[in-house]
Amino acid sequence: MMSALLARGDFWMPMQGAEGAWVVDWLFYFIFWVSLVFFIIIAGGMFWFMWRYRRRHEEHGPESNVSHNTALELTWTIIPTILLIPMFWWGFTGFMDARVAPNNAYDINVIAQKWSWRFVYPNNYDDNNLHVPAGVPIRLVMRSEDVIHSCYIPDFRVKRDVVPGRYSTLWFTAKGAQGRTTEHHLFCAEYCGTSHSDMKAKVIVHPSREDFDAWLANADPLKQLTPEQYEAYVKDPEGFIEELRKTDPDLAARLVTPVEHGRRLYEKKGCAQCHTITKDAPSRNGPTWWNVYGHKVLLRDGSSIADENYLRESIVNPGAKIVAGYDNIMGPQRVNDREIDALIAFIKTLRDDYQKP
Amino acid sequence: MSSYDAAAARGPDSAAAADNYLTHGRGLLSWALTLDHKRIGVMYMTGIIIFFLIGGLFALLVRTSLLIPQKNVPGGTPFIFSHDNYNLFFTLHGAIMVFIVIIPGIPAAMGNFVLPLMLGAKDVAFPRLNLTSWYLWLSGAALALLSIIMGGFDTGWTFYVPYSTDTTFAGVIPVLSGVFLLGFSSIFTGLNFIVTIHKLRPPEMGWFRMPLMLWATYATAVIQVLATPVLGITLLLLIVERAAGIGVFNPALGGDPVLYQHFFWFYSHPAVYIMILPAMGVMSELLSVFSRKHIFGYSFIAFSSVAIAIFGFLVWGHHMFVSGQSNLISTVFSFLTFSVAVPSAIKMFNWLATLYGGSISFRAPMIYALSFMWIFGIGGLTGLFLGTLAVDVHLHDTYFVVAHFHFVMAGTIFVFFGAVHYWWPKITGRMYNETLGNWGALLSVIGFNITFLAQFPLGTHGMPRRYYNYEEHYWIYHVVSTCGAYLAGIGFVLTVICLVQSLFRGRKAPANPWGGNTMEWYCPSPPPHHNFDHPPPVTDPYDFSGWKYDEKAGGYVRRSPAEIPAPASKGH
Repeated sequence: MMSALLARGDFWMPMQGAEGAWVVDWLFYFIFWVSLVFFIIIAGGMFWFMWRYRRRHEEHGPESNVSHNTALELTWTIIPTILLIPMFWWGFTGFMDARVAPNNAYDINVIAQKWSWRFVYPNNYDDNNLHVPAGVPIRLVMRSEDVIHSCYIPDFRVKRDVVPGRYSTLWFTAKGAQGRTTEHHLFCAEYCGTSHSDMKAKVIVHPSREDFDAWLANADPLKQLTPEQYEAYVKDPEGFIEELRKTDPDLAARLVTPVEHGRRLYEKKGCAQCHTITKDAPSRNGPTWWNVYGHKVLLRDGSSIADENYLRESIVNPGAKIVAGYDNIMGPQRVNDREIDALIAFIKTLRDDYQKP
Repeated sequence: MSSYDAAAARGPDSAAAADNYLTHGRGLLSWALTLDHKRIGVMYMTGIIIFFLIGGLFALLVRTSLLIPQKNVPGGTPFIFSHDNYNLFFTLHGAIMVFIVIIPGIPAAMGNFVLPLMLGAKDVAFPRLNLTSWYLWLSGAALALLSIIMGGFDTGWTFYVPYSTDTTFAGVIPVLSGVFLLGFSSIFTGLNFIVTIHKLRPPEMGWFRMPLMLWATYATAVIQVLATPVLGITLLLLIVERAAGIGVFNPALGGDPVLYQHFFWFYSHPAVYIMILPAMGVMSELLSVFSRKHIFGYSFIAFSSVAIAIFGFLVWGHHMFVSGQSNLISTVFSFLTFSVAVPSAIKMFNWLATLYGGSISFRAPMIYALSFMWIFGIGGLTGLFLGTLAVDVHLHDTYFVVAHFHFVMAGTIFVFFGAVHYWWPKITGRMYNETLGNWGALLSVIGFNITFLAQFPLGTHGMPRRYYNYEEHYWIYHVVSTCGAYLAGIGFVLTVICLVQSLFRGRKAPANPWGGNTMEWYCPSPPPHHNFDHPPPVTDPYDFSGWKYDEKAGGYVRRSPAEIPAPASKGH
């Protein structure tokens, strides 16, 4: 375990995954060594005096009764003051460099909500992990859908609160590695409720801008279908994918059916933190999805049949109908129509009497 | 000097001790309606220690649940707590320790008992206000406990908006009201102490003849009176916003959540000094008495208390370096933050110099005082990392911050227990068992260090605070930290056992068991209801040459004037 931690850096700091990380580390170690010297003087002096001047018997009086020494006291006022100035100054310059993004930075929009991250790329593709190219300044333009969150990437030494009602930005240049992608943790650092500690994502650094562009162009397989192909896919997803396997196996391998898409959204969008999807799973903070579609749902006031419209409303406006026995803790989910379709398709499969059409 | 009754200093033997403040009036009502600062102090002390044990128990539960990295995830099971209960209990731990235990800890419990005694006064300036203050504390604390039954609160002790207006936990408004009452309790205590120090000081006692404890208490009281109203207003706004949906802080209603953070820290940073300054005052007393040596650099220590109180008002923005406040404001706050480091450093070096050439006795209060030098040394120096803008961006909201503020805040807890042991003979008239006291102190200090030293590397490696689940590679540090917490828990329980046991088994305390020269040691232990038969002499509080150890009394007695040697050096 210990070695697992050290493998990602040294005793104090994690690996330096971004180009600006060394500034923070250098300053950290500067303060560390200055502090250590002062601590050794204080603690060492204390232990030495404790031993040297220990009271040997009750009548034992002090050896000295010196009560002040202005020169000495001015010395230990002025020396710390002088040492603090470079700490402040380097902290300030390092901070400003880490705050002001270069003009040519690549913008990625970030939407934080309880309890997941969404990264929206310039071509409008969105993902729950942050993909970036190495060596390119990246600027995250972040907003929150509900409470305050904070985007924190320890390996990059960057952090910024994501405050509702305003944009906040953060920038870095990832180092990456030659010829392969690297992964780093991204955490929510500002307490945001029940699943705060599960609100995390991966930063995936592609080795070059070309690799990243290729990934992004292909990130959404449905975008690569012709309008006719898309129509065929919507009519019969499984049959279409089977067909495509003969002509374009690569694309077919990355296409998924709406049910599978819905299942993946369930994991990616944080639904899994509150809703269960199996028959006997112990209850969590939200109602189970098992046997919900087509059944009557008891609400706080009245009841409702869980049809497509009920499910759609429960996703985009969950406070409208609250299931009896549960709190109104879920915020409106920002998902597009295709994702809602996929989630509903997935939920339809979660019942005793489900039969493949 | 001539008016001083030497017999009174001999303690229980003298006739004056026959009736003391504990026996003066019996029955529950005589305590519930008492105006005696000593009884109010004792009630505060008892209440605060009980809440400390409750808050500590919650901390142990939280630490235990952190033994398992991934809990209650798909495929996992809860360990000790569900997500929500974990959030509830770390919030309770923080709120109880900050608002109910540490802020009133030294001023309200110890200050109430010894401040009038140190002035040779009969009571504080406004005894009725003092009793009101105690009942406000009791109501606030009760309301905080009640809020657990009324639905709990999972906001963290900082109540950040809009989470605190959104959360479904129903106990938020009750606990905010409780903290509001606790705030008024604090304001009244501060006001009382300011007036008492101004008006009830003996005419011969100039400002620079006051014990340093009083300088620190005075500086604290000024912060309490000036900063706490801001907390009160902020909490009221938050209550109104949550109850009636008025948009001051919530952006969905047109408010500004960062404004809340400014308001909150405008109080809560000075509150850090409300917590630490009285501890620094007690430190100056303990180190000097148990080294039997004049405090070193009296005026530097006194002025550094005032400097900390003033600068403490100007640094709140350092809690918000990553919040979205402007870069210019962050820069100014970083600069001002470093200015607070200087007076703290001055105090540390002056205390070190006080030990030099002394006659150091390792009684339990001194063990606590020396531990504070170590603990506050680490707490203060790790503050430098957080005051430095570029480094704080990485460390903010990680376990590094958690470890840092525990090293500062728990420093106060240790001094509080040092103070309890130091004045215990005066308060109860009983001596505690020295061996048990030392073991309690050592175990809790060592356990505490293991707990929080392990959290520094955890934080630098990026483990965010308030996390229920965490990545596997942080696991080993959590295990070490939790083991340390258990050890500290054993230490604190031992300490409480030691104190309780002394009430039944402790030998009778002499008037002056340690050889201190502040005025409280001139009256018998426990003091009579009216404190002093004759006003004690105003002397240099750190000149111990007038006392000698008396085997028979088991403590120190005044030398006759002929025996007193000429002062070795003249202070200030």
